[in-house]
Amino acid sequence: MLPYIARRLLQMVPILLAVAALIFLLFSVIPGTFASSMGDDGRTVVDAQVMERMNQELGLNDPLPIRFGKYVAQLATFDLGTSFRSRQPVSQVIADRLWPSFQLAMAAMLFAMVIGVPLGFAAAIKPGSLFDSVAIMLAVSGLSLPKFWLGLLLMYLFALKLGWFPSFGYGDGSLRYLVLPAVALGVSPLALLARTSRAAVLEVLHADFIRTARAKGAGNIRVMRWHVARNAFVIILTTLGLQFGSILGQAVVVEKLFSWPGLGSLLVDSVTLRDIPVVQGCILTIVLLFLVINIIVDVLCAAIDPRIKYS
Amino acid sequence: MLKTLALTTALALTTALTAQAQTQTPRSGGTIRFTAPYGSAFASLDIHTANRAQDEIWAKAIHRSLYNWDSFANKPVPELAKEVIASKDGMTYTFKLRDDAYFHNGRKMTADDIIWSFTRIMDGSKGYPGARYVRLIKGAVEVEKGQAKEISGLKKIDDFTLEMTLTEKTDPGFSFYLSTTAIYPAKEAQQPDYFSKPIGLGPYKFTEHVPGSRMVVDKWEKFYKPGKPYADKVVISLMGEASARDVAFRNKEIDVSILGPTQYVAYQADPNLSKGLLEVAEVYTRVMGMNPTFKPFADKRVRQAINYAIDADLIIKRLVRDKAYRASGWLPLSSPSFDKDKKPYPYDPEKAKKLLVEAGYPDGFEFEWTATSNESWGIPIVEAIIPMLAKVGVKVKIKPVEGTVLSEVVRKGEYQAYIWSNTSGPDPLASMKCFHSATPQSACNYTLYKNPEVDKLIDEAGATDDAAKRVELLKQANNIVQDDAPMWFFNYNKAVMAYQPWLKGLQPNATELAIQYYEDIWVDASSPAAK
Repeated sequence: MLPYIARRLLQMVPILLAVAALIFLLFSVIPGTFASSMGDDGRTVVDAQVMERMNQELGLNDPLPIRFGKYVAQLATFDLGTSFRSRQPVSQVIADRLWPSFQLAMAAMLFAMVIGVPLGFAAAIKPGSLFDSVAIMLAVSGLSLPKFWLGLLLMYLFALKLGWFPSFGYGDGSLRYLVLPAVALGVSPLALLARTSRAAVLEVLHADFIRTARAKGAGNIRVMRWHVARNAFVIILTTLGLQFGSILGQAVVVEKLFSWPGLGSLLVDSVTLRDIPVVQGCILTIVLLFLVINIIVDVLCAAIDPRIKYS
Repeated sequence: MLKTLALTTALALTTALTAQAQTQTPRSGGTIRFTAPYGSAFASLDIHTANRAQDEIWAKAIHRSLYNWDSFANKPVPELAKEVIASKDGMTYTFKLRDDAYFHNGRKMTADDIIWSFTRIMDGSKGYPGARYVRLIKGAVEVEKGQAKEISGLKKIDDFTLEMTLTEKTDPGFSFYLSTTAIYPAKEAQQPDYFSKPIGLGPYKFTEHVPGSRMVVDKWEKFYKPGKPYADKVVISLMGEASARDVAFRNKEIDVSILGPTQYVAYQADPNLSKGLLEVAEVYTRVMGMNPTFKPFADKRVRQAINYAIDADLIIKRLVRDKAYRASGWLPLSSPSFDKDKKPYPYDPEKAKKLLVEAGYPDGFEFEWTATSNESWGIPIVEAIIPMLAKVGVKVKIKPVEGTVLSEVVRKGEYQAYIWSNTSGPDPLASMKCFHSATPQSACNYTLYKNPEVDKLIDEAGATDDAAKRVELLKQANNIVQDDAPMWFFNYNKAVMAYQPWLKGLQPNATELAIQYYEDIWVDASSPAAK
């Protein structure tokens, strides 16, 4: 197992380099610079001399190959550079946002898992029943709901009408503030997990070893717990790992709506204002998180299913 | 008629606010729950590096500049000086500084702090946006270029007297009221942790910053205005999404919200919410700029035809939901040089057609219009204009861009037409200089406007000592620009702030309504955050 993990970790290096090169090139060709973003609200006139000095200071006047070379050299020393906007190290800017982002992603995943998986299991036990039909309908609706609209709906209902939760903000980072954004973010993976769980359970239920187990006199609970659940969980866990990436991506909308100080809102701000080092840092961090989570998922799958062997 | 009504409304509102401030006794204590509505997170805790309105919102709590903007008098007033004496030639100003202004570490401000702050802003290797303003001081450019270490035009007479020599005759108040020229404590600001816990001269001291979420500041007990600030604390939450802000405001979680056109209509219709609306004619003019290097727009008649062909009143009513005042020219309603007798271009498609025929375009022409997605001055507006221009034979191709790109292409002249909202004040002289032929396109003469008569009027306005004459000269220049129509003059922004009934002391700030001086604001006992 350890050589496998080491190999997967090493495979991350070329992926991260490719991502870094792609973002760098993309932001080198699209129009607009950090200096030009300073005057985009039309409020003050940023004069040409200031813009020129700013471009000089930020190294934006250097030829593209030199800028890329410098960037890669920085990355090699684990230095993500300095934010154009805050003039702080990018690692510091990202570190400030990492915990809220992680909190939100984990809460959304937990919400999706706790409700989605049992829902899928329950629906699969009696396929075609009323419960199954309703569950599937809800799952499809959940997948189709736009995050922004759902978030507003939750705010309206649970903050304005019922007064159960605050409508926005991070507060002290406590659960009260986390619930609504986590639900808004978690509904889509919940729906997907419910559908995946249902399909996985249905597939396992038709397997020969289930028939054998029943023939041996195993009861429903034992069959579900020992035979179905363990087999279905491998598929569910893999889906969960892949969904993590989508949660990080969709967090952009939810964080903005709920004024949640995570990586998503930082990324949007930085793209809009062309704070390229922060954009690069954010995307690399998100890709890294995604890769690491998926390695963990693979390891867990092997732990759950002894048939899976990594060599 | 519309302009007169708007002016009367603005005046009545200002008077009402002044009366409100005078008749009620401010209450001390409680928390002001303010919002920063312009999308992005605060850039940095070094306000010298940030010039956006969003950053000025927190900076006004912690920092102070040499001048403040007086929203009621609609002009800059000395803040860190008790007295400002101008020399006869108007080139040298002597500032008798406050001897009761303390930084948040308890140290008294002196002339050295001002000199250090301005010198820092002129560090040419950094590109601080405030350099644009400090460059007004003699010798500042030499520091920027690295040819001198000190600004020769700044002279410390004693700890509380500062002499400032300018490079041109102008009111320095317009250059030194923004936080991008805030005064830092000279020694303390050079410490490595200063920008994680900034200290300033403002009414509130820094307590907490959660990047991307909020800033919290607490009352500074040694603030130099007796009895102020009133509230114990200010919490400024970042809330870029208008709909989310709407829910939070209705849920009484925040005390103020800047409204967009849709919400403006809804709030006006609500019997309770409509009682707490502060409306101000801001110094922003929304225009469609026409590039004279694109052949048809080089002809004044074509540009005038565009102005005649668009029914601006209809668009303001239907799309902007009356959250704007019809523009008759460049200078806004609140400008002293605004000419209330000058009428906007009327909607007259027949006249537009006639002008196009005279200009040699009987079959019209096609142009590319660069626009952002902004609901009040972006693609939705352009889409409404397309059929109006089509009626006179002019075809439009929209080029959608984002704000950063718009800012760049306009400065470089890489457009045929653009639509934008630009500051047109508060200083009418500085604003009209955007139409002086000596002003480069990269500064603010975006339409490469050139008219010797206007140049002469602006130069004379800059040279005269007679304030009334200056106003009159700039009024004439503004009217000529309107006739020359380098732009389609669309509207002046009507900024609307919704406020809770317990919040008092808001100021109708025409330079930017979201920017408030927190020391004048207080909450009464009915606020959920009154304690």
